[in-house]
Amino acid sequence: MLDTLLLSRIQFATNISFHILFPTITIALGWFLVFFKVRYDITNHPVWLRAYRFWVKIFALTFALGVVSGITMSFQFGTNWPGFMEKVGNIAGPLLGYEVLTAFFMEATFLGVMLFGMNRVSPRVHTLSTVIVAVGTTISAFWILSLNSWMQTPTGFELRDGIVYPTDWFAVIFNPSFPYRFSHMLLASGLTAAFLIAGVSSYRLLKKDNKHAPNMTLKVALTVACLLAPLQIFVGDLHGLNTLEHQPQKVAAMEGAWETQKGLPLVLFAIPNETTRTNDFAIEIPKAASLILTHDLEGEIKGLNEFEGVHPPVKPVFFGFRIMVGMGMLMIAVAFITRFSLWRNHKLSHWQLRILVAMSFSGWIATLAGWYVTEIGRQPYLVSGVLTVKEAVTTVASTNVAISLTAYLSVYIVLLVLYIRTLFYTADKAVQVEEYDYSIVKEVHHA
Amino acid sequence: MLNPEMLSYVYGGLMALAILVYAILDGYDLGVGILLPTNNDTDADTMIASIGPFWDANETWLVLAVGLALIAFPTAHSVILQALYLPITIMLIGLIIRGVAFDFRAKAKIKRKKRWDTMFKLGSILAAFMQGYMLGLYVMSFDTSILSILFALLSGAGVVGAYTLIGAAWLVLKTEGELQFKAIHWCQFAGRITFIGVIAVSIVNPLINSDVYKAWFESQMPLILLAPPVLCLALFIVQDRVLNKLKRNNEKRGWLPFLISAVIFILCFFGLTYSFYPYIVPGQLTIFEAVAAPESLNFLLYGVIVVVPTIILYTLFSYRVFWGKVQPLSYY
Repeated sequence: MLDTLLLSRIQFATNISFHILFPTITIALGWFLVFFKVRYDITNHPVWLRAYRFWVKIFALTFALGVVSGITMSFQFGTNWPGFMEKVGNIAGPLLGYEVLTAFFMEATFLGVMLFGMNRVSPRVHTLSTVIVAVGTTISAFWILSLNSWMQTPTGFELRDGIVYPTDWFAVIFNPSFPYRFSHMLLASGLTAAFLIAGVSSYRLLKKDNKHAPNMTLKVALTVACLLAPLQIFVGDLHGLNTLEHQPQKVAAMEGAWETQKGLPLVLFAIPNETTRTNDFAIEIPKAASLILTHDLEGEIKGLNEFEGVHPPVKPVFFGFRIMVGMGMLMIAVAFITRFSLWRNHKLSHWQLRILVAMSFSGWIATLAGWYVTEIGRQPYLVSGVLTVKEAVTTVASTNVAISLTAYLSVYIVLLVLYIRTLFYTADKAVQVEEYDYSIVKEVHHA
Repeated sequence: MLNPEMLSYVYGGLMALAILVYAILDGYDLGVGILLPTNNDTDADTMIASIGPFWDANETWLVLAVGLALIAFPTAHSVILQALYLPITIMLIGLIIRGVAFDFRAKAKIKRKKRWDTMFKLGSILAAFMQGYMLGLYVMSFDTSILSILFALLSGAGVVGAYTLIGAAWLVLKTEGELQFKAIHWCQFAGRITFIGVIAVSIVNPLINSDVYKAWFESQMPLILLAPPVLCLALFIVQDRVLNKLKRNNEKRGWLPFLISAVIFILCFFGLTYSFYPYIVPGQLTIFEAVAAPESLNFLLYGVIVVVPTIILYTLFSYRVFWGKVQPLSYY
C-alpha cells in the first residue's frame, strides 16, 4: 500500500495537471475572443461574429472545466497539505485571497453577460464584458504565478518560531523568478490557444466547411503563433538564466550535469542513471550548454554533486525539459511553414491541414512538460529552502486518500475524453450549419 | 492597521457573510438542479436557462468562503478540512459533475442530453446533501458516533430540502405559465418538509450538544434573541399562505416566496452562528485563537475594502441585465 505522502503527491499532481490544461487555453482564448469581437464591432463583417460565436462556445466549455477543477484545488491545500498553510499561510493566503477577490468573481459574473447577454446589453457593454473576462483570466494568472514563483524563489519574508511572516509585500509578489515565469506562461497560453484554434479550424476545412470563418481564424491563429514562438524562445532563455542564478540544482538536473564542470556539453539525448550518477547513451554537443547558460564556451556550471541529497530526481526533469523544448521547436517549424504557405498559396495543402489537426493539443504537451520541469525541479522542497513536501503532508489515512485519488482520476479521465470529443463535435455541427442570417443579429445590435 | 482582535471580527464576519451569500445564491441554483425534471425537455431547458448566467458566480462564493477560512483561520481550516476529508471529496465530485453537465447538455449529441440532465440532477443532490451532512458533523464537533452520523444524515436531508425550497421559489420568480404553477407546488411541498426539518434540528441539536444548550437556555440571554427563531417559524407559515394565494393569482408578488426563503436562510444562519460563536472549530478553537498574522490580514484588507463592494455592484448589475421572466437560453 502506498503511503499518504506519495498518494497525496500523485493526487495533487493529477488535479493540477488536469486543471492547468483549461486555464492554459482560456487565458489566451479570452484575448482571441476580444480580437474577434472588436474586429466585428469595427468592420461589421459577419465573419468575425461567426468566429466569435464558435469560439465562445469552446471558451465556455473550457472555462467550466477550469472552474470545477479549480474549486477542487482550493480544498486540497487544507485536506492534503495542511503544513503548507500552517508554515507559509501568511504569504500564500493573501495572494490566493487577491486572486479570488480580483479575478474569480469578475470572470464568472461577466462570463454570464458575455455568453447570454448579447441581446440584452448594448454592443459596447457586450464587448466590454468580453474584455473584462479576458482581463480577469490574466489577473488570475498573475496572482497564482506570483505565489508559485514565490514558492520557487521566496523573498520578502522572515521566519519567527518556524512560521513565515511577510516583511515586504512588493518583494513577495515580484519575487526574482516571477516576471520570467509569468511571461513564459502567458506566451505558453498564447501558443496553446493559437494551435488549438489552428487545429480545429483545419479540422473544419478538412471536413469541407466552405464558410469563410475557419479560414480567417486559421490565418489569425498561425500569425499569432509566428509572432509568439520566437518571443517564447527569448523569454524561455531568460527564464533559464534566472533559474541558473536562483535554483542551480534544477538547471543541473535539466542538463543532466552530474559534476561541476567548465565547458559543459549540451546533452541532446541520454538516459540519466541515478545510481552511477552518470548519463547512459549520451549524445552531446561539446561546450554548448556552457555557451547557452553563461554565454561563454568555458563557463563553469554547477553539477548535481554540489547538491547531493537535496536535488530533485533527475530523470523526470531531464526528460520533461527535452519534451518541452522539442515540442516548442516543432511548433515553431510548423507555424512558420504553414503561415508561409498560406501567404504564398492562400490555402493549405491537405497534409498541412492534417498536421495542424494533429497538433491541436501540442501546447498542452509543451506546457505540462514545462510545469513538470519546474515543479519536480523544486523537489524535495515545497517552498525552496523553507518547507519540504514531506513536512507539509496531511495526517489523513492513506485509505481515504486512495479513495479520493481513484475518484478524481476516473472522473478526470472521463471528462478529458468528453472534452476533446465535444470540441470536435461542436466543430462538426458548425460545419453542417448553413450560413446564419446575420441581419437579425445586426438589427438587435443596432436597436 | 487593525489589531488581531479586530481582524478576527472583520474576517470572521466576512467569512460568515460569504457562507450565507453562498447558501442563498448557490442554494437556489442547486435547488433548481434538484428539481430538474428528466422527462420534460422544455421545462428542463427553461429551468437551466433561469440559472445559466448566474451559477458560476454563485459557486465562487464557496471558493471565497473556503479561501477566507484558509487565509484568516488557517489552523481551523486544516482541522475542519482534514476531519471532513471524504464528504468533501464526494461534494466536490458532485459539483464537478454538475458544472460540466451544464455545458455538455447544450453541446453534446441530442440523444445524450437526457443523460446529462440526470447527471446535473444527481450532482446537485449529491453536493447539497454532502453540504448538509458536513454541517451536521461540524455541529456535532466531528464526533463519529452513530448518533452524530444520524444527526448529520438528517442535516443533509434538511439542506436538500432548504435548497429545494429556495430553488422552487427562484422558479416562481423567474418562470411563468404551467411551469410556474408546478414551481408553486414544489415550493409549498419543500417548505413544509424544511419546516419539519428546521424544528427537528432545533430540538435535537441543543439536546445532544451541551454547549449549544448553554448558549440558548442558560446564558443571560436577552429576550430579543428569541425573536429570530420565532420569526423564522412564522415565516414558514406566511410562505405557505402566500403560495396558496399565488395558486389563485400568479400575476402578483411572484418575488415574495424567494424573499421569504432568503430571510428564512438568514435567520437559520443567525441561529447557527449564535450557537457556536466565538468558536470556529466547535469546542476546540475560537476565531481569536485561530486568526492568522495581522501583517497578512491587513495587507489583504485593502483589497477587501475596495473589491468586495465592487463585486456586490457588478453582481447587482448582472442580475439587472437578466431581470424579469426567463427567456430561452440562446448562447449569444
